[in-house]
Amino acid sequence: MVEMVNRPYASAFEAFAVKNPDVLCLSADLTSSCEIDGFRDRHPDQFLSLGMAEQNMMSFAGGLGLAGYRPFLHSFGVFLYRRPYDQLMASVAYPRRKVRLMGFLPGITTPGGMTHQAIEDIAVMRSIPNMSILETGDATEVESICEAADSIDGPVYCRVLRGSVPRLFDSPIKVGEMRELALGEDVLVVTSGIATEEALRARDALSKAGVAVRHLHIHTIKPFNEQALLDHIGSVRTGVVVLENHLITGGVGSLVAEIMADNGVGKPLVRLGLNDTYAHGGSKPYLMKHYGLDAGALVRGIERVMGISTGIDDEALATARIDAVHSLVKAEAL
Amino acid sequence: MRNNRSTEDIAMGIRRRVFEHSMRNNGGYLSQACSAAEQLAFLYNEALNLGEPVLPAVPRPFAGVPSASNPDYVTGAGYNGPFEPQFDRLFIAPAHYALVAYATLIETGRMDAEGLEMFNKDGSSVEMIGAEHSPGMEVHNGTLGIGLSTGAGLAWGRKRRGDTGQVCVFMSDGEVQEGQTWEAVQAAAHHGIDNLWALMDVNDQQCDGAMSSVMEVRDIAAKFRAFGAVCVEIDAHDLGALRQAKAEPHEGQPLIILARSSPTQGMSFLQKRFPRLHYVRFKSNEERAEMNVSIAAELGIAPIELEAH
Repeated sequence: MVEMVNRPYASAFEAFAVKNPDVLCLSADLTSSCEIDGFRDRHPDQFLSLGMAEQNMMSFAGGLGLAGYRPFLHSFGVFLYRRPYDQLMASVAYPRRKVRLMGFLPGITTPGGMTHQAIEDIAVMRSIPNMSILETGDATEVESICEAADSIDGPVYCRVLRGSVPRLFDSPIKVGEMRELALGEDVLVVTSGIATEEALRARDALSKAGVAVRHLHIHTIKPFNEQALLDHIGSVRTGVVVLENHLITGGVGSLVAEIMADNGVGKPLVRLGLNDTYAHGGSKPYLMKHYGLDAGALVRGIERVMGISTGIDDEALATARIDAVHSLVKAEAL
Repeated sequence: MRNNRSTEDIAMGIRRRVFEHSMRNNGGYLSQACSAAEQLAFLYNEALNLGEPVLPAVPRPFAGVPSASNPDYVTGAGYNGPFEPQFDRLFIAPAHYALVAYATLIETGRMDAEGLEMFNKDGSSVEMIGAEHSPGMEVHNGTLGIGLSTGAGLAWGRKRRGDTGQVCVFMSDGEVQEGQTWEAVQAAAHHGIDNLWALMDVNDQQCDGAMSSVMEVRDIAAKFRAFGAVCVEIDAHDLGALRQAKAEPHEGQPLIILARSSPTQGMSFLQKRFPRLHYVRFKSNEERAEMNVSIAAELGIAPIELEAH
């Protein structure tokens, strides 16, 4: 069974920051919620509390960038772009400050409802010139997010998972690449963040149903390796299904659609995610099922693209075993 | 870098230059020159420790926005001298004061007069609303209220690095209507950022007219003090008072100088346009001619020669 890692960000950030004196830890009153309370207590000289005042924090971070620092801003994702969007544009994105926006609680990974759920963050960030976007899908990616983000020459927004996080991968994020998790030739599945775990949940059932899936996990959303995606689309018989913890407009699904349209790829595409709706507060499994972000929704999407019925039901998926994905891809498996 | 001219003389030069430019270009930010001439002259000629300019006296054309594919991008901060630990840094928070700021650069020998001819011309870096790449600018401040926060971040970082240079933010009073200004003051006070000071042009004017009619801001000095700043209020046109205010001790706290100014100082004719002074356009050729004679006389110069329309 897959290993669960407790608070991977906490130790990863601390280990990274102590090695990099020009990295500063900024918080807007969500310090323990973003797993940096231990860092605050042990390294107060590298920690800046900026209170519930995100607009100031954003421009302040721009000023720190001018002084040669690389501030890591910690808050829930929504609070890093909705209220301080103007400041994000003028003080951070335009001048390409090396500001690292660590956005916790991506999508529906919070029972906090609309005000806490960053469901359009990728759409917003994708449209901002100079901005890079990373998203974590497992504990290994959370552990490597600081190093990955800090390697970028400019601002970067990261979707970070917190709490108990499954370990699916054994290699760190390599900025600009994508993970090839399966190399089947029937249908291409593209997932990011927590949606990847759902796709892995469906792996055995789909295999038993005779569906050979090609599966990509996307941790670098911007910049994006367009040609690699096109090659994978060209390698499958039918079409593409994208599943993401985000609105289907503006996110990874839209990214794939744009690349397909720009390159005249005439294959069917199904985009799965929140479909022009806000979510409400609830548990992650409930919300994923309710809004069609889970393994069952993915199977239905694959059936639509392939024009088949697999007979896979929710019960089969609920009991599915998830194993860590190692570097060597097994072509026949999802 | 010190100029041999007196600060009074430079302030007069700023008013004359902005007036001449506005006359020739059928309008401009005249009232900002009236209210801020002494303040900007004081900053550049006395208060700030700035190095020699490192950018050409005649500004280069617009050379693109910051991007990974534009490695040669520079801001306009080089007109204020090099980034060295001992030198001060200046942000012009109300970017619509750009015309006045450019005039100040010319009067203090940091930019050629030719630079103003490029003002608001397509393809020029001498933009109407000061951009990062415009002479004397270091960050975008056209969205009002972000300047003090940026200054606070830079000042905190410089203090941590042991730089002796200070960070100064030139502000406008309309910015106190933005919540971010208060977030910035409370953060600067909380973190004891005392290498930060602001000079605010309190002219009681904003785009829609007199501030009291648009949004009453009440006793801003008391508010700044309550938020943790040292705050002094002075007459913006009294250089002695400006000097004294700058010397106010503010250990462990930011200093905010409220310079109460007249938006028609030195150009009394503009009182006829009160309270719509944010951007002065001429209503008719007759008004333009009348203004030209009247204000030129007050500024002690001949009326500006205008091309025929």
